[in-house]
Amino acid sequence: MLHLLFLVPLLPFAGFTVLALGGRRLTRRGVALVGAGSVGLAALVALAVSIDFIAAPPAGHAFDQVLWTWFSVAGLRVQVALYLDPLAVCFILVVTCIGFLIHLYSVEHMAHDEGYARFFTYMNLFVGFMLVLVLADDLLLLYLGWEGVGLCSYLLIGFWYKHWYNGYAARKAFVVTRVGDTAMIVGLFLLYTQLGTLQIQPLMHRAAASWAQGSALPVAAALLLLGGAVGKSAQLPLQTWLPDAMAGPSPVSALIHAATMVTAGVYLIARTNVLFDLAPSARTTVAVIGAATLLYAGVSALFQVDLKRILAYSTVSQVGYMFLALGVGAWSAGIFMFVTHAFFKALLFLSAGVVIDAMDDEHDIFRMGGLRTRLPLAFWTFLIGAAALSALPIVTAGFYSKDLIIDRTLQSTQGSAWLWVGGLVGSLLTGLYSFRAVFVVFFGPVRTEPRADFRTGLPVRLPLYVLAAGSLVAGLIDIPRGWAHVQELDSFLAPVLPEAALRHGGLAAHLWVTFVPGVVAVAGIGLGWLLYERRRQERAEIETSLAARYFMAGWGFDTFYRYLVEVPFLWFAHVSRGDLFEPPVAGLAHATRAGWRALSATQNGLVRSYVLVVGLGVAVGVLYVVLR
Amino acid sequence: MAHVPFQYGLYLAAALFLIGLTGVLVRRNLIFVLASIEIMLNAAGLAFVVAGSRWGSPDGQVMFLFILAMAAAEVAVGLALALLFRRAFGSLDVDAARRMRG
Repeated sequence: MLHLLFLVPLLPFAGFTVLALGGRRLTRRGVALVGAGSVGLAALVALAVSIDFIAAPPAGHAFDQVLWTWFSVAGLRVQVALYLDPLAVCFILVVTCIGFLIHLYSVEHMAHDEGYARFFTYMNLFVGFMLVLVLADDLLLLYLGWEGVGLCSYLLIGFWYKHWYNGYAARKAFVVTRVGDTAMIVGLFLLYTQLGTLQIQPLMHRAAASWAQGSALPVAAALLLLGGAVGKSAQLPLQTWLPDAMAGPSPVSALIHAATMVTAGVYLIARTNVLFDLAPSARTTVAVIGAATLLYAGVSALFQVDLKRILAYSTVSQVGYMFLALGVGAWSAGIFMFVTHAFFKALLFLSAGVVIDAMDDEHDIFRMGGLRTRLPLAFWTFLIGAAALSALPIVTAGFYSKDLIIDRTLQSTQGSAWLWVGGLVGSLLTGLYSFRAVFVVFFGPVRTEPRADFRTGLPVRLPLYVLAAGSLVAGLIDIPRGWAHVQELDSFLAPVLPEAALRHGGLAAHLWVTFVPGVVAVAGIGLGWLLYERRRQERAEIETSLAARYFMAGWGFDTFYRYLVEVPFLWFAHVSRGDLFEPPVAGLAHATRAGWRALSATQNGLVRSYVLVVGLGVAVGVLYVVLR
Repeated sequence: MAHVPFQYGLYLAAALFLIGLTGVLVRRNLIFVLASIEIMLNAAGLAFVVAGSRWGSPDGQVMFLFILAMAAAEVAVGLALALLFRRAFGSLDVDAARRMRG
């Protein structure tokens, strides 16, 4: 079964090709069949391959499939090869299965859009590139997938290109992530020149063999790769593009900007964990960035009025948790968080898509309200998603992953009490902003009635049911040690990701510490209820304060970058208008224009003048010959 | 028969050519322009004949026959053009055809 692996990325690419070439000629039904079907088939193949992999792990817990040689030049030989190991299994399952559910949802959600075929074309291309990214055996092939998903992200954010703002948001996402990508490609150059290969497994072996722990080169390489990861995963300081990326359709936000693409940074760091183990300072940077980002985004999310922007900041914040986990060496906890997050965040976006669709494209949560009785499906699914997001203990998947991460930040030898407190405050904020959205949108008086003709069909309901179920039970694959002997994911990932070194004694030794994350999560939810359901008066005062406006604008990062980058650049462009290179270039243009004027004046349409010129020309020629 | 120096023949040819060229330049009526072109062709033919007699070769006279045949064809095309020109512009004034000026 394992040799069918190449079909997993191939099928979405095939769907893309069919839709790109023949999308205009297909009926809507045909487009839906090709678009969702190709990803559905890829999901089936991925499931079959994964079951085979888990049932009978190949030697070395990895399966390598070389397809062809991409290029071979001056000693650099890059093969298009797929590498399946437990880490890749987790990612292809999430990408294809959740990807398929989101495609299915889009079949109905996007049904009345004029760019129906275009939408599925881009979505299939995205899934294909994402699979290349996670299956690549070579860092350069990984980079191809990395840029490919960036392109699809750009195309899908600007999907409704007729409005200028969507195009702006798309360009912003593209340019800001490009900053990180530049760092990443420089990192690849560094790795290649120092270690002579870009194939991931040999590269990691050579790095471990030839570089000393904590020396300058691994730190530089790890920090450069981290730059790429920070850009793609919207972490501080390159997080500004993600809230604007919400300009795209809701399924896009669910698939690209929540479940899969933004976690590519997490994948990259986990994939190159050997490098980060060699560079403790780089890994500490990962943890600090994660902790700072989760607090920053949590506070920002608390003051957003756009439903999708709340979810966008919550994504930034939850990916911050994953970074925190990776940074303290709890590699498998980070991947666990990725899996559960994919479920509940996709669920939240899809359910928000239902709300926004029913409210006739209204995003402002303060124009919604009381939708609990009007849209019961959206209410229950959003409630489950929000509960999982705020890590409601025992019953939701989010609890198991987040609890593990917060515990590890304290227990791990690389963790610290500060990071632990940061994680706890973030958890409190998460409960607060999630249930602020729930209470404002679904409780209280009805402010706007949903569209009368709004109906949800099976293609929308089925993904919501499945994702809601996943958001509740997906955490059961890794139950805290001491509760039960179920650490399926942890032991599955053990061959690729090292175990976190735990310290004994200190604060972590107390039993009460393990209950703190759960208590804090419940406290956050309770505070949300108190603030946004009971005390409406105080709430209004908070929402209109100056600080709220500051946090709503993402702590003024956009303005900061405007004055840091944009204004100086425009100023420089303005000053250099009259520089050394201007006269030759402008002169060429002037000369061309003058020549055109002169020559077009001779074409006056008078035959007699043409004869005169010919006659004079002949006379000059004859005189030249005679008088020479 | 008195012998005519060949230079005189060439002078006559040059004079005829200039007369024809002047006609093309100054006349605006298409028929007169065509007639002036005929004069220039004949000047060229005369030059061939004179040169042929100077070198004692029949080639000059052969060439004149070619020019004559070509002139006949040119007149046929030219008159057809004149007819169409008159239909298109309502006159025979060559300057009326300035619509295509750059």
